[in-house]
Amino acid sequence: MVRKPAASKPAPSNTSKDELLKYYRDMLLIRRFEEKAGQLYGMGQIGGFCHLYIGQEAVVTGLEACAKEGDKRITSYRDHGHMLACGMDPRGVMAELTGREGGYSKGKGGSMHMFSREKHFYGGHGIVAAQVPLGAGLAFADKYLGNDNVTFTYFGDGAANQGQVYETYNMAELWELPVIFVIENNQYAMGTSVKRSTKSNSLFGRGEAFGIPGEQVDGMDVLAVKAAGEKAVAHCRAGKGPYILEIMTYRYRGHSMSDPAKYRTREEVQKMRDERDAIEHVRELLLQGKHATEDELKSVDKEIKEIVNDAAEFAKDSPEPALDELWTDIYAEDLPQGSAQEHA
Amino acid sequence: MATEILMPALSPTMEEGTLAKWLKKEGDEVKAGDIIAEIETDKATMEFEAVDEGILGKILVTEGTEGVKVNAPIAVLIEEGESADDIQASASAGSDDADSDGDDKGGHPNDTGQTTTRAESAPAASKSEPAAATADRSPDWPEDTKMKTMTVREALREAMEEEMDRDETVFLMGEEVGEYQGAYKISQGLLDKFGPRRVVDTPISEMGFTGIGTGAALAGLRPIVEFMTFNFAMQALDQIINSAAKTLYMSGGQMGCPIVFRGPNGAAARVAAQHSQDYTAWYAAIPGLKVVMPFTAADAKGLLKSAIRDPNPVIFLENEILYGRSFEVPDMDDFTIPFGKARVARSGSDVTIVSFGIGMTHALDAAEKLAEEGIEAEVIDLRTLRPIDYATVIESVQKTNRCVTVEEGFPVGSIGNHLSAHIMENAFDWLDAPVINCTGKDVPMPYAANLEKHALITVPEIVEAVKKVTYK
Repeated sequence: MVRKPAASKPAPSNTSKDELLKYYRDMLLIRRFEEKAGQLYGMGQIGGFCHLYIGQEAVVTGLEACAKEGDKRITSYRDHGHMLACGMDPRGVMAELTGREGGYSKGKGGSMHMFSREKHFYGGHGIVAAQVPLGAGLAFADKYLGNDNVTFTYFGDGAANQGQVYETYNMAELWELPVIFVIENNQYAMGTSVKRSTKSNSLFGRGEAFGIPGEQVDGMDVLAVKAAGEKAVAHCRAGKGPYILEIMTYRYRGHSMSDPAKYRTREEVQKMRDERDAIEHVRELLLQGKHATEDELKSVDKEIKEIVNDAAEFAKDSPEPALDELWTDIYAEDLPQGSAQEHA
Repeated sequence: MATEILMPALSPTMEEGTLAKWLKKEGDEVKAGDIIAEIETDKATMEFEAVDEGILGKILVTEGTEGVKVNAPIAVLIEEGESADDIQASASAGSDDADSDGDDKGGHPNDTGQTTTRAESAPAASKSEPAAATADRSPDWPEDTKMKTMTVREALREAMEEEMDRDETVFLMGEEVGEYQGAYKISQGLLDKFGPRRVVDTPISEMGFTGIGTGAALAGLRPIVEFMTFNFAMQALDQIINSAAKTLYMSGGQMGCPIVFRGPNGAAARVAAQHSQDYTAWYAAIPGLKVVMPFTAADAKGLLKSAIRDPNPVIFLENEILYGRSFEVPDMDDFTIPFGKARVARSGSDVTIVSFGIGMTHALDAAEKLAEEGIEAEVIDLRTLRPIDYATVIESVQKTNRCVTVEEGFPVGSIGNHLSAHIMENAFDWLDAPVINCTGKDVPMPYAANLEKHALITVPEIVEAVKKVTYK
């Protein structure tokens, strides 16, 4: 396979073997998980909308490498990769996809609506860009409480054209909220390319109008993502307010499962896969740097395959939610009754 | 081992499709990601990618076949060295779908079918509110409580101040809540007392600050978001409904959203169509929200304090005309009013008038007029529209046998419509007349003073409705 010179740069000397192996493993888990999800969808085990993250794995993997305990993340409906990257259980994610009791939302959320308090993952949001002010709100809470947590607020190039993003930019900078706006620019908002939606030269550059610094990042290079993430996190943790990362990435699959793929050529997709694949990149770094042998990587592949198969089996075996779940979780537990009762 | 390739589901609604074209032929090598066929769904022609690698051993469904059911085997993938002859046997044995009932090729045998069956048998009986509860007629405060006179405005401010004193996570945000001291002076003095960290002036960005408030609530703070008027909250409706109201359910109970959205609602005076609308019925339609509309100052205070403590998103609908009205309020250290408990504002035996918010002004005025003519109306102030105290309404209707509802909102899909249906279902045999809904007129609010007066609900209309149901 011929690779672009940019992608075959050796790993920076401060990148350890363990780190590279971890990126390889984490990205491969997302890819194999998503392939399996696509398969289960085709078999009718997963219903409704299902948006796969294949191709974009380096974005969440690189940024999660910059996070510490307490940091929050929130994203759109293309959310499976974000959940796996922050350590959520593949079984729980897959079982939510199949709409089962063992899913993160007990089967009531589905592909687009999953959450984990434990991992500080705040969804999983189905309305394009609604997660952007929500993410700033999470950061607002951390600033209010006086801790040094940051919030990774992910959205796509499509969401970048929603008005509420700019209302949020304005307030986030005004109030110096510790939020990193991560624009995952995969170049297509459903079937509309960035070129056909805006004349802006860059999406991160729009932050300038509000005084928010930012940069464009090669999202097919996990090390570049991590380096940029560290800079953004340092800015936020230092109390300097928000930061924008426009991460140039690419999704190999359709927007959702029912994508006729008429808006881009097969060759364009194949070229990205052949020349810029983020997982192949790390694989080559591992092999070229003699950090791992083919056999070692094969055993990683095998281990990941087992995790994914186990998740799929769990997701198929987990029962459908009990019918009384229809009526639970609409309201959090009720108030104690009013003062008359308290005084009685 | 040979693997069956099944007809894929390629859209949320697809049950069958046309196998338009095979792009690989028997004997071809297939890699994961290769396009092997084109399939026409109900939406579009889609390329079908292989997920496994191997050799296309046998094509089971020829191209051009229409009506191929999802999950029907369309081809068999074999490994190198395997013979295409014993495909059928090994394919069946190797089927991934072991949990389905056999190899019913034409059918749709797995979970999709099961789901439908189970959904149909869902017990409709598990409704959210039990209909047969008895009314809670306990007093809102102990009888010997000292009272003080205050306006609704002061009561609201006091409620926020007390709750901000009580809980450090409570903060107020909105347009002009701080330095301006509140567009309607509800937050007067709060900035001075609590500082800009807890009394946050926002730019004019309803959708943005509503989302930020909601995010802060998901993270555990207790925001009070003030809308200068609820007319402006329409810009933020997606965040209120899709983000605040639904997240608890969508997260399987993990993510509560303790937030209060408050501000004036409904018509003020001479501000025309875009600034005069009652949203009660809109918000009351949404599971996940609680909806409050106080009339008196005591209710404004007690209910706002409950709203701030509630672990759910609460829509708190105030009224500009009522802000300056004075009422008696109990002088207590910590006074709250529970949700879902109506107040019988006036006892009577001839007719039940049900209202809430500013509608109570008209309802009580009408009751006085009717009393002069010898008709004694029982007037019920619902106070909260979600939950609704159905029991108090039903018990009263069982006593009076007649009911008129009064509200300022539009007539179609009104709270009165909903109550009428509930009364019909649960107290039909007690009714001596149809329930009449008195509402605002089915028109945008006009500006001209005389037209505006007629667009709103009027006392003579209520009197007339009561006479109609009492056959007087």
